[in-house]
Amino acid sequence: MANPTMTLIASNTVGSGGVSSVTFSSIPATWTDLVVKYSTRTTISGISDDVYMYPNGLSTNSSGIQIGGTGAGTFSNSNTYAGGFTDGSTATSNTFANTEIYIPNYTSSNYKSHSTDTVLENNATASYMALQAGLWSNTAAITSLQILAPNGVFVQYSTFYLYGIASS
Amino acid sequence: MADTTPQAIEVNCETGIVTTRDLTADEIAAQAVAAQAAADQKAAADAEAAKVAADKAAAQAKLAALGLTADEIAAITK
Repeated sequence: MANPTMTLIASNTVGSGGVSSVTFSSIPATWTDLVVKYSTRTTISGISDDVYMYPNGLSTNSSGIQIGGTGAGTFSNSNTYAGGFTDGSTATSNTFANTEIYIPNYTSSNYKSHSTDTVLENNATASYMALQAGLWSNTAAITSLQILAPNGVFVQYSTFYLYGIASS
Repeated sequence: MADTTPQAIEVNCETGIVTTRDLTADEIAAQAVAAQAAADQKAAADAEAAKVAADKAAAQAKLAALGLTADEIAAITK
């Protein structure tokens, strides 16, 4: 990248009552790569849960793996939707997990890969962080991204940002 | 009775318009499938972690039976 730029395309802060998913739709094809950042907490009972990312709203043709730490050990396994982790309702009060997803060449007619960097916030021994690698085996350009809480809802003040990366 | 239908937010990146709406029946069903998939994935991960922990404990017990001290076992299993 000779002179790359990173531009905020859209953002959202969840209001009272919470929501099950946040979708960025009608993503312009004008960028080279996409970056999604979110800070989330959900109502699930427990300190954490997975977050799912559905390109173009589709749950099909996704695969992924992850490596990470739990505070007491390590793990490596599959993680189909590679959308990182979220704080659950019993994580330290008023804390939120942080996740960043990088999606290169999102308009390509090849399969689309993405990498995810995620960390849970919990002021205790048990907490999680992970690096995830995902592949969406679909040749369509990505025009929307749905971030889904499979259990519960994203609580108020969870934030979502979508950035476009231009290669020049 | 309050409306408990889960909601979704859509942010249109071209217009900037933010729409909050109830999930459709299909979306609620898809969320249930996703929840089950997440539970299955977590159960598999937990089972794998438990097996690794059990294998480690068994290996350490065998090393102890061979006469290694706890410090010696720790030194070679870190």
